[in-house]
Amino acid sequence: MNPKPHDCVGLRAIAAQVRTGAVTASARVANCLARIEAHESEIHAFNQVFAAEARAAAARIDACVARGENPGALAGVILAIKDNIATTLGRTTCSSRFLENYRSPFDATVIQRLLAAGAILIGKTNLDEFAMGSSTENSAFGTTRNPWDRTRVPGGSSGGSAAAVSAGFCDAALGSDTGGSIRQPASLCGCVGFKPTYGRVSRYGLVAFGSSLDQIGPFARDVRGCAELFEAFCGSDQLDSTTAPLEVPDCLTQLDEPLRGLRVGVPREYRSEANAPSVARVLEDAVAAYKSLGATIVDVELPLTDVGISTYYVIAPAEASSNLARFDGIRYGKRAEISAGEGLEELYAKSRSEGFGPEVLRRIMLGTYVLSSGYYDAYYNRALQVRRRIREEFDRAFAQCDVLLGPTSPMPAFEIGGKTDPWAMYLCDVYTVNTNIAGIPGISLNAGYAEERGALLPIGMQLQGPAFSEALLLRAARMLESARPPKYPS
Amino acid sequence: MSEQDLSIKDVRHIAKLSRLAPDDAAIESLRSSLSSILGHIAKLSTVDVAGVEPMAHPLAISNRLDADESGATLPIEMVLLNAPAKVDRFLAVPKVLDEGGA
Repeated sequence: MNPKPHDCVGLRAIAAQVRTGAVTASARVANCLARIEAHESEIHAFNQVFAAEARAAAARIDACVARGENPGALAGVILAIKDNIATTLGRTTCSSRFLENYRSPFDATVIQRLLAAGAILIGKTNLDEFAMGSSTENSAFGTTRNPWDRTRVPGGSSGGSAAAVSAGFCDAALGSDTGGSIRQPASLCGCVGFKPTYGRVSRYGLVAFGSSLDQIGPFARDVRGCAELFEAFCGSDQLDSTTAPLEVPDCLTQLDEPLRGLRVGVPREYRSEANAPSVARVLEDAVAAYKSLGATIVDVELPLTDVGISTYYVIAPAEASSNLARFDGIRYGKRAEISAGEGLEELYAKSRSEGFGPEVLRRIMLGTYVLSSGYYDAYYNRALQVRRRIREEFDRAFAQCDVLLGPTSPMPAFEIGGKTDPWAMYLCDVYTVNTNIAGIPGISLNAGYAEERGALLPIGMQLQGPAFSEALLLRAARMLESARPPKYPS
Repeated sequence: MSEQDLSIKDVRHIAKLSRLAPDDAAIESLRSSLSSILGHIAKLSTVDVAGVEPMAHPLAISNRLDADESGATLPIEMVLLNAPAKVDRFLAVPKVLDEGGA
């Protein structure tokens, strides 16, 4: 493991080289496929690799360049797509037995926009089944391994996308984030992962988990790459009524200009005793880095931080139990055999029980329970009341500061099989769930490393900002990145 | 809200409401893990929520309606692309009604 420094040029610079013919899309695809060939058997980032299709797409872009046409702002940029985002290319499985052979009849809005910009899809990435998990161990198709230490998890649920970016299998990737599923794996794999404000990105074609929490976002090797990908696919969509009717923000023009007078809030609760010592050290280093860049550090309080997980594990399963009711074995997906005398009820229950893994079963049942008669007020309604208080707490914090800084995860990557108690796994997301509960944007970027038994493990820091403050948030992240340039496994 | 220990009977009831049919081993494992999770979730009762309006959604949105115009739809073969069982242009399902109907 000799990590190589990465120069943060983003994705449009790559596309510019493709458009001028300095490099061909075909050569770029061949490079990625060679890396996949060499390392994928150990990493297992992908559920499917689109080798032939990616070569054909690259040839079309090169032909376009040869004819003097413009193949787009992301021409020849190679993307991996989390396998819960609908693509007409290949299957869309959600890493579930239930959808093992499901072929989407349409492309998600984000996919349509990225293909129109000239991006090339290299494959569909592994995830915790239906995005329920923090380690990618809940996949029905096997665990993804962390490119920095293959005995450890990549985080989750978008572990395949994070691992693919860090391993150099692609230029960038898409994930989805319901409670930290982009930011936590980005932290554990040492890349950049960005969850936009709820409503910024169309969810059309994202298989629904928690509809008031889910958001699609980018993974890239640098902040600029995330910003460029975000700009290419964000914006309102006729096919998703929860997209905000706002202009696409300009996140790029001033990205490299440090923000003068930036106020960085550090919540007292984020300096928790529960943080691993390495994480606590990297947080204080990041605070020092912002100070040296001229930012003002502000002490703030978010006392509801530690009820976030309890709130989330009522709201998210409640929404999931409703969303996953569509998987009934009738129109698509797994249909179980039933015996003579059995009918539709048995068909539903058997198909679902055979198709879903244990964590999905657990969350559907938890959600059904908290919504059931007699428990709705004590659990679901109360969680929604706490949700408003969490949002108000963020609003008060953002009256004192521009962004909030803290660890993305209380620990670096843990060992595969290391967390068997569900609640211990849920606590991985203590710093990320409240972002979704409040609907605000959050980004994780690498800010340092831990050394454990000879392995170098990346540690990410998270920045959160007010709703729809993406341009400012990305610029603040770029400042930290310039002080702590990322490295990637060679 | 107090410490919530579910019984096997409770778990079977929740499974039925969820249209799930876990086997006996899974039922016991779910009883134990769900009880433990509900115990942790009980922390919500420590938060003062008196007079707080529930927040179901992060955006203050109302329903948006499209213009009432017909547009392109998926061709029937695409709709049936993933059908586990079909007959001609239809999805096949187990018989819902007894002979003679109900």
